[in-house]
Amino acid sequence: MSDTHDDHGHSHGHHHSGSELSEVELRVRALESLLTEKGYLDPAALDEIIDVYENRIGPRNGARVVARAWTDPDYKSRLLEDATAAIADLGYTGRQGEHMVVRENTPEVHNMVVCTLCSCYPWPVLGLPPVWYKSAPYRSRAVIDPRGVLGEFGVTLGAGVEVRVWDSTSEMRYLVLPLRPEGTEGWSADQLADIVTRDSMIGTGIVAAPSGAKS
Amino acid sequence: MNGAQDMGGMQCMGPVEAEANEPVFHGAWERRVLAVTLAMGAFGRWNIDMARFSREDTPAADYLRRSYYETWLYGLEKLLVEKDFVGRDEIEAALKGGHAERTAEPALTAKTVLPVLAKGSSARVDKEVTPRFATGDRVRVWNRHPTGHTRAPRYVRGHTGVIDRDHGVFIFPDSHARDGNQNPQHLYSVRFAATELWGPEAAASDKVYVDLWDDYLERLEAAP
Repeated sequence: MSDTHDDHGHSHGHHHSGSELSEVELRVRALESLLTEKGYLDPAALDEIIDVYENRIGPRNGARVVARAWTDPDYKSRLLEDATAAIADLGYTGRQGEHMVVRENTPEVHNMVVCTLCSCYPWPVLGLPPVWYKSAPYRSRAVIDPRGVLGEFGVTLGAGVEVRVWDSTSEMRYLVLPLRPEGTEGWSADQLADIVTRDSMIGTGIVAAPSGAKS
Repeated sequence: MNGAQDMGGMQCMGPVEAEANEPVFHGAWERRVLAVTLAMGAFGRWNIDMARFSREDTPAADYLRRSYYETWLYGLEKLLVEKDFVGRDEIEAALKGGHAERTAEPALTAKTVLPVLAKGSSARVDKEVTPRFATGDRVRVWNRHPTGHTRAPRYVRGHTGVIDRDHGVFIFPDSHARDGNQNPQHLYSVRFAATELWGPEAAASDKVYVDLWDDYLERLEAAP
């Protein structure tokens, strides 16, 4: 509990003064102490939860799912048919990923995921969401101006590409299967997983062709 | 509730600013808020829809000003008081350095964290319910403005879409948030043309897919 200064880099258009942040910190500490004293909390359980989400679950999981789908056509079919089961085959299950849906990008269709009402996100495959995903600019504009938002991520789509935005209003959780870049023929699943980005699985990025690849 | 959380389609929020190499948490207190929220949720005295409503049921200006984990913190405080874990007076006393007696045992221990997280909590209900709609049906989203929790965003209400897929039978969030009543019913992925939602300036090819429950939908004539 040592971070007392405001180094958030939060990007939603407001500032935290140092005293405001301290106020929040004090509330959190007081609440945790109270709940621990009353016996509701096991401090070791809290440390375990934090370790899971800070160090063990993250977008590398999703990247392995994508790489497997790129290299194994049978797996890809199962992934698109029953994503929850196919993702569980790789060991990724549970909280905020109980009901998974995978949508495939093609040269004609680009998929993009948002939660306009809160911050729903597929934790077992992507970890906890980044601040921008939970922020008002993304949540408000992804549905009305997806191409403008994509432009802010440096993604420009041709007019011939259909954009499909998936608003996560229920407990279904969405993962985008991005396009496999040219120049990766013959790569192993491990090599491919290394180039799959988090944003490409949300649909706000594309997986770039490796540098030096023939085009 | 027509609150600040229902922001799909607003245009006054500024550009999306992604932080390069963003850490999972921005400060130790965010870690604690996440962990305490999950550990207290494990008691099962509230469900996910009640938790969402506790966060959105707040003055709009506060909702927009607060960071994500601040919103979680204030929502958690409300739930803890409502569900009789602690009194407001106890929270205030703790803020002044007061202490409390041990009266309970944890729901979640270090050993049970991994299995509990890996299992999750299914919102699917194993019950036969007749779907009112089939894939390809044209539907209109109801024009209702409930003051409690709801998952039909304002930007689709009154608009026409097509049933793209039936996800099966799921807990209905509106009643679940109110009193825990699951009111199980079919959940559909509904496809809307961007031009239906946003007018002729939207790209003619683009679509928005929204997951909507049976109760939110009204039937229109079959697609030609």
